[in-house]
Formats: sequence, C-alpha cells, structure tokens
Amino acid sequence: MPRSRYARVALLVAAVVAVQLATEWGGKPFFLTQLTMSAYYTLVAVGLSLLMGFAGQISLGHAAFFAIGGYGSALLTTLDLSPARGSAAVSLLARTGLLAARTDLSGAEALSVAPWPAFACAIALAAAVAWIVGVPVLKLKGHYLAMATLGFGTIVHSVVLGTQRLGAADGLGGVPAFRLLPGLAVGGGRAARVENYYVAWGLVALAMLVLGNLVESRVGRALRAIHGAEDAAGSMGVDVGRYKLRTFVLSAVLAAAGGAFLTHLTGGIGPGEASVMKSVRYVAIVAVGGMGSLWGTLATSATLEFVSLRGWFGTLDDAAFAVVLLFVMLFSPDGLLRLDLPAALRAARGRLSPGPDAETEP
Amino acid sequence: MSVALALQYLVAGLTYGTIYAVVGVGFNIIYNATGIINFAQGEFVMVGGMTAVTLHAFLPLPAAIAGAVLVTMALGALVEVTFIRWLGRPSVLRMIVITIGVSILIREVALHVWGEQVRALPYFTGDEVTALELGGVRVSPQVLWSLGTCLAIVAALWFFFRRTTLGREMRACAANRDAAALCGLSTRNLVTLSFVLSAGIGALAGCVVSPITYTSYSIGAGLALKGFTVAVLGGLGGSGAAVAAGFVVGILESASVAVLPAAYKDAVAVAVLLAILFLRPSGLFGSREAERLRAS
Amino acid sequence: MRATRFLALAAALGAAPAASPAAPEPVKIGALLAVTGPASFLGAPEARTLEMVVQDLNAKGGIGGRPVALLVKDTGGNPEKAVSFARQLIDEEQVFAIIGPATTGETMAVKAIAEEGKTLLLSCAAAEVIVNPVAPHVFKVAPKDSAAAEMIFARMEKMGVRRIGLLSSNTGFGKAGKEQVEKLAPAHGIELAASEVYDKTATDLTAEVTKLKAAKVQAILNWSIEPAQAIVIKNARQIGLEVPIFQSHGFANVQYARAAGAAAEGVMFPASRIVVAEALPPGHPQRPVVTAYKKAYEERFKEDVSTFGGHAWDAFHLLVRAMETAGLDREKVRAALESTRGFVGTAGTFNFSAQDHNGLGPDAFEMLVVRGGKFAVLGP
Repeated sequence: MPRSRYARVALLVAAVVAVQLATEWGGKPFFLTQLTMSAYYTLVAVGLSLLMGFAGQISLGHAAFFAIGGYGSALLTTLDLSPARGSAAVSLLARTGLLAARTDLSGAEALSVAPWPAFACAIALAAAVAWIVGVPVLKLKGHYLAMATLGFGTIVHSVVLGTQRLGAADGLGGVPAFRLLPGLAVGGGRAARVENYYVAWGLVALAMLVLGNLVESRVGRALRAIHGAEDAAGSMGVDVGRYKLRTFVLSAVLAAAGGAFLTHLTGGIGPGEASVMKSVRYVAIVAVGGMGSLWGTLATSATLEFVSLRGWFGTLDDAAFAVVLLFVMLFSPDGLLRLDLPAALRAARGRLSPGPDAETEP
Repeated sequence: MSVALALQYLVAGLTYGTIYAVVGVGFNIIYNATGIINFAQGEFVMVGGMTAVTLHAFLPLPAAIAGAVLVTMALGALVEVTFIRWLGRPSVLRMIVITIGVSILIREVALHVWGEQVRALPYFTGDEVTALELGGVRVSPQVLWSLGTCLAIVAALWFFFRRTTLGREMRACAANRDAAALCGLSTRNLVTLSFVLSAGIGALAGCVVSPITYTSYSIGAGLALKGFTVAVLGGLGGSGAAVAAGFVVGILESASVAVLPAAYKDAVAVAVLLAILFLRPSGLFGSREAERLRAS
Repeated sequence: MRATRFLALAAALGAAPAASPAAPEPVKIGALLAVTGPASFLGAPEARTLEMVVQDLNAKGGIGGRPVALLVKDTGGNPEKAVSFARQLIDEEQVFAIIGPATTGETMAVKAIAEEGKTLLLSCAAAEVIVNPVAPHVFKVAPKDSAAAEMIFARMEKMGVRRIGLLSSNTGFGKAGKEQVEKLAPAHGIELAASEVYDKTATDLTAEVTKLKAAKVQAILNWSIEPAQAIVIKNARQIGLEVPIFQSHGFANVQYARAAGAAAEGVMFPASRIVVAEALPPGHPQRPVVTAYKKAYEERFKEDVSTFGGHAWDAFHLLVRAMETAGLDREKVRAALESTRGFVGTAGTFNFSAQDHNGLGPDAFEMLVVRGGKFAVLGP
C-alpha cells in the first residue's frame, strides 16, 4: 500500500477502471449497478470514519444526514412551480436559470428547481443542521453523545416518515437525472450504466483526495491530537470545540452528498434511508475498516455494501451487519485489517479465568 | 379540554409510563453496577412477552409468566458472559456499539423464531372491553395490573438493595468496583447478577403489558431509546426516580397527541431526551455522576 | 420450524438457480418482496404463497414441460434494495417476469426499470399511480383503495352517519387510504370531523381515540394494516366510545379480530372473499378458488390466510395462464395478459385491457362484519 495519498488515489482509479473492464470482458456488466450504488454509500462511510476515527466522536445518527441530502434534492427537483409561474419570485428564479422544465409521471409539464441549485441547497441545509445540532451535542461525552446522535437520527426518521409533503412511507420518486457537467450525469437508465459508474467512483476518488489532504495538514494533526488526548490538546492551544464541530459538519456534508447523488441515480428515496439500522450499518463498516483508516473504510464499504445490494445475506441482512459489528468490536476494535485473533483469544481466556479483573484497556 | 378528557390522557400516559419506567430501572441497575448502558434492555422486554405467549400454549398463565421471566434471566446471564465479561474495562464507545449489536442480534433471532406476527397474552382479569369507572375515567383492569406490578418491582428492588446482603454487595460494587473487589466480593458474579436482575424485571413488565400493547419482534429498539430517556431524566440513580421520570415521559407523550399530529408521538420522547442532555444532563433528580461525565 | 425454513430461504436467496443437467431449462420468475422489515405483513405471506404455488406447479410438470425457478429477493421494504434487485433480476438473471413489489413506494421505484427492461411486472401493491399512467409491462393485482372506500361510505350513508373520525397509519397503505377517504367523503355527504395519523408501531392509541371522542364523531374509520387495527378497537371501547367502527381491507386477517377479542364485535370492513371462503354461497364463482387456496395455505403454513398472500396467488396464476396461452415469447405473453378476461382469482374477477392494468372493479370487495370472533358477510 503506497504511503503517498496521490499514489493511493491513482491506485484507486486504476482499480476502478480495471474492475469495469473486467466486468465488460467477463460478460457481467450488470455488476456495475451495485458497484455504483455502493460508491455513494462509501462517501457516507469515509466521512463518518473521519469523524469517529480522527475526531473520536461517535455518531449513531449519520443516516439522517444522508436523508437530508437525498430528500432535499428530491423535494426541490420534483416540486411543481408552474402554477405560480406568474409570480415575481418564480419568474426571477426562472430567469436566473435556477429552474428547469420537465415532464412529470403523467406527461404534464412541470417546473422544478434544476439539479445543481437543488444539490447546493440540500448540502447547505445538511451543513446548517449539522452546525446547529453539533454545537450542543459535541459538548457531550460517552453514552450521552452516542444517545444524543441516536436521538437526532430518530427525529429525522420520524419527520420524513410522518410528513405528507415528503411522501411519508412511500418516499419521493420521479427524481430526474443530475447533469454534473456536459456529458457526465448521475442517473438515467441502463444505457448510462458505465457513465454512472465512473462518475460515482470519480467522486469518491475526489473525496479521498480532499480528505487525504485534510488529514495530513495541520488540521489533521490537530484532530489526531484531540482524539488521542483531548485535554492535553486543549492545553496546547488546539481549539478543540471548533475542530470537532467542523469535522462533524464536513462528515455531514459528505453524507448528504452521497444521499443526493444516490437519489438522482435511483430516481427516488425512501424513509428507510434515515433509519437507525442504516446508521448502525455505517458504524459497523467504519468499525470493520478501522476507525480513522479512510482507505480501510473505503474497501470495507465497497465490499459490504456491494454484497448486501446483491442480496447475498438474504433475509439476514441486518443480522449479518450486527454479527460483523460484534465480531470486530469483541476481537479487533482497531479494525479487521489489524485483527490479531490469537492474541485476542488469549486475552479472553486470561480474563475468563477466576481472579480479580485487573485488566485495563489502553 | 374537559377534566374527564384530561384524565383520560393522564391514564393513557401512565400506561405508557409504566413500561418505560421499568426499562429505565433496568438501565439503572446495570449502569450502576457496571457503568455500561445496555442497549439490549428493550429486547429483554420483548423476549419476556414472546416467551410467555409461547409457554402459555401449554402452561397456565402464572406458570407461563414465571417461566418467561426465568428464560429471560438466563438470556441476560448469557449476554453478560458472552459479550461483556471477558472484556475487562473497555472503552465506552466499544460497549455502546457492542450492546447495540447484541440487541440487533436478539431481534433478528426473535424474527426467525417467532415470525413477524404480533402476539399477546390474555388479559389477567376481564377481557378487551372491560373497564372500571374511576372518577369519570374508564380504565382497563390491565392498566392497574401493570401499575401494580411496576410498584411491586420498585418495592422489591428497594428491599433487595437495602436489606439483603447480596443487594448491599451490589451497591458496594457500584460505588467502587476496585474497593469491592479488594474487600473480597466477587465482582464478576455481581455484574452477571445485575444483568440477570434487569432481564427479569424487563420480562415481567413485558408480560404484564402485552395484553394492552401486544408484543412483536421489533418492539425492543424503541423501548430502549425511551427507557434510556427515562433513566437519564431520573438521573441514572434509584428506581423511584426512574419511575417518576417514566410517568413524566409517558404523560408528555400522551398529551402531545392533543397538540401535535399523532405521527410525531415517538419523536416526543426523543425531544425530551435531547432537551435533558443539552440542558440538564443530571436529570430531574440530580446526580454528581452525570455532571462528572459531562464536564470531563 | 420457522427458523429452519427461513434459513433455507435465506440460503437460497441471491444465488442463481442451478439448472439441473438432464432436465429442461427452467423458466425463471423473479419476486421482489418485503419478506422482513416494516412491510413484512405484506411480503411474508406473499413469499410463502409463491413458494407453495410454484412447488405445486412444478409437481404438475411446470409450464410447457419446463419447471419454474422462483427467485425471491427480500427487499426489506426498501426502495433502493428494490432498485438494485430489479436490475439484478432483469439484467443478470433475465427473469421472464417479476411478481411484486409489495409496497407502493418500491413499485414506483422499479416501474421505469421494468418498463425499460421490457420485463413484466405484476405488483401486489395497491396505489392507483402504479397503473395510472399505464405502462405496457406493469400490472397491478391488488384492488383499488377507492373501491374499498366507496363500499364503506355506501354503508355509512345507509346507516345515516354524517360525521366520522379517521385514523390512519403512517405507512404507504394508510396514506393511500387517507387520500381516497378525503377525496371521496364529500360526495357521500360525510364530514371528516377529526383525522389522526399514527405511527405504525404504536402500541396504545387511547390518546387518539380520546381526541375522536371529543370531536363527537358518529363513527370511526381506521385505515392501516398493522396490529394497531386491533389496538384502536380495544382502546375505543375501553374509553366508552360505542359508535360503529369501520376498518379498511387491511383488517382482512382473522388474527386481528382475535387479538381484539370482545372489542371486535360488530366491526365492519370491506374485504376480498378469501377470508369468508366457507360462507360463500355454493354457486359463487370465487368459491372453488378461494376455498382451495385457503385450505392449502393454512394446512401448509399453520397460520391464517390473508388477502395479501392472495395477491401473490393471483399474480402467479394470471402470469401462468398467459404463458400457457401464448408460449414463452415475452411480447405475446404481455398481450395475452393484457387481454385476460373473466379470470377468477382470490381478489375478484380480473378483466384487463390496454387502458386498465388493474382489472378489478368494485365487486372485488364484500362488506364483512365480525360476529363471535369470526368474519361473516354483512347483509344489506
């Protein structure tokens, strides 16, 4: 594994291309669908890995940000403003090119927000929510922090499930494709499969580049200091609160971006994306990949989400993630890649034998 | 709103409140003994109710309930021994994630054993429509059963912790684990006992409310979150505080239907949780423990 | 025991079927069902029914001598899983047709994919929007919510009820029903004095029914498919609200009547005739079909039959009939399906056409009432 982040990104790009060519030649181009979807889930996971690994803050409600990004984009791009076409506000928006005409499901003309501005709004909303929630939540510790994030996730889930405007239990559908640049779009049908695949993994590579820069900069060092020993870092002049908050917001933005893109890709979003199970799944992936190891998380996310989307776990999907999570947490809390099973078992045997429980964790 | 209507909401709130209270008490017992927040607490309630229904098919009701409580206690011990005991002093993060994983596992196993259908025990006295008229309000006898059971549990625990040797040993372990160990107490077994106790009371509560609320494989997670809210509101302290907190949360939830769309009822308990955590983490009844955790 | 059966089903999911070496190549039929998760009340009976009918068909030689290979994918009620599995079934497995999904949200997510892949989709979900606008390859076998609502309102009008309280759950089913009720009530001169939406996992609805009592409603209408249906009835009677209670067709599983016990007496609801199979008059066209299905399902799975499992039965048999008529050419089968007339299924008699991909009319429902813990036909 090369050390330099540029080399690693280059390796990722090479791997992405290799996989696509392999699926083409192996006659299985349909794998690309699941690979593309797992790319967007990976955006969420690496953001969470930054938060949990580097800033040491657990978040059991991260699926909420995914949902905010997804629902935000979906709502704005499926609005119909044509009844209000005459009003000043709407015509101003239309003139500045922020609106786009489209035909809805029944073939009628509708006027909605164009994908790019919708995306920007959704991301901005996620960032704002993260900021507002983050200020009080990040002052908490331990159980309280975990439960507060869980509570936040539950509230967002209740809201998207209970609100008629957001489709309630059916979610939102009919979301148009997102034209990022001329020739590069997220969404569209089977014909755009290869294009979508490259766009998705291209975005992941971009994210890894940005995060890699962050991690090796002064900010990254500050984060690692906070994770290692918060009080010590604070006394050295690191503005702990500010760094934690910014990391929280950044991870929320990444999750929201993943949500928005996936929504455009599949044409819709449902309330299940905001559920507690999804949040736990992201935490499981980060735990397995090694908290703070962005690349470990990427590999884990791509693999596990792909497998889950192919239905390999069948009716035991949630149970599979729980088992994986438990296994890692019990035997290898630093991530599966650093698994040392013999040592873990020896330690377990040691503690199970009668005697005072004097073992302490570093 | 008329008085009778308000009372009706109150009674509804007390009904929800008893079960949240018992889950909260279960959290407290384990937390005080081990410092762990056991997210699988809600699953004990579920397993208790489901097992009792299965046993009731061939045992009389009291025996079925007793059997269910014993089975769940065994489950509690199993969980502790398998997942908690040999971990030493793990980090808070790790423990939370582990108990969440355990709760999901128990839930999925329940799904595959019992299916997705709901079950319920029969009403202990009367049936689905009998109601006692108390001061203009109609109350099902089962509500009185659950209130009574809740209070009985609290009383029994009070007696256990204050008057029995074992109970005092557990309190010693909770106060200072190392000191207790140095005094010759078997802290390992006391920890297991705390799980067994929590599982038992959870199961009993699950049985007594199942005629009213029905049990199914997925009720655990929601109960855990609300139970935690109650435990925190009560300051992670004694049972009395947890019960009072349980009633507060239950009544707030019930009353919220009068002003908010009912679809958001579940969010009320969570909002209470967040409010407590942000504003007064030591809960309504105060506790140094909580303040220490926050400031450290 | 359920555990082993589920594990076996789980093991079989996701794996491509192995064609047995000497036998003719199987015909692949896919199913996208919410076997687990919040919509499992729908998907689980549907999956079990499909398992049963496929086995029976294969025992009789399959379709045109070829066995049917059923590929069930558990979507857990999640639209994104439905999308992923739909693509997998269509592009990779190249299934001949897909039965399901069980919910509207999932169906809408895969409607375009099925159409693009020119693969027949027979959805078991109820919303109008699935077949309106009509997509040539997408069909729906569940009856219209509006037909159920109309039947309820007709009865209410007869009883002189003018003010009702509506309770619905926050699922797709509840939401669709609420929309229909709100749309159709005025035409029958009925006012919605109160309307509350509750969470599907609600375990006590005393507060909600108390609100209805305060609004002095003359009848309660509850529209959901969860255990909450039984809870509503109990809570209403417990607080002394004695007005008539109507349920949606989601009540059509006798376990709910049983769960509500004495409180369920007199509750009225529209339902497919499958739940009163024995009470149908001997000459009724649906009687042989529903009694046979009910008996087979209850014997095999040891649980009460529900209308949802019936949707899967209808979808499968409609498909098989079209395939036996038109062979294994997709477009011919599509055309044959579209021109199906007079097919007697569990949900009613199906009459498809190019404009009507639902095929069921208001006669799909029968107004039933709970008497002595059992379902009975409510007379005029």
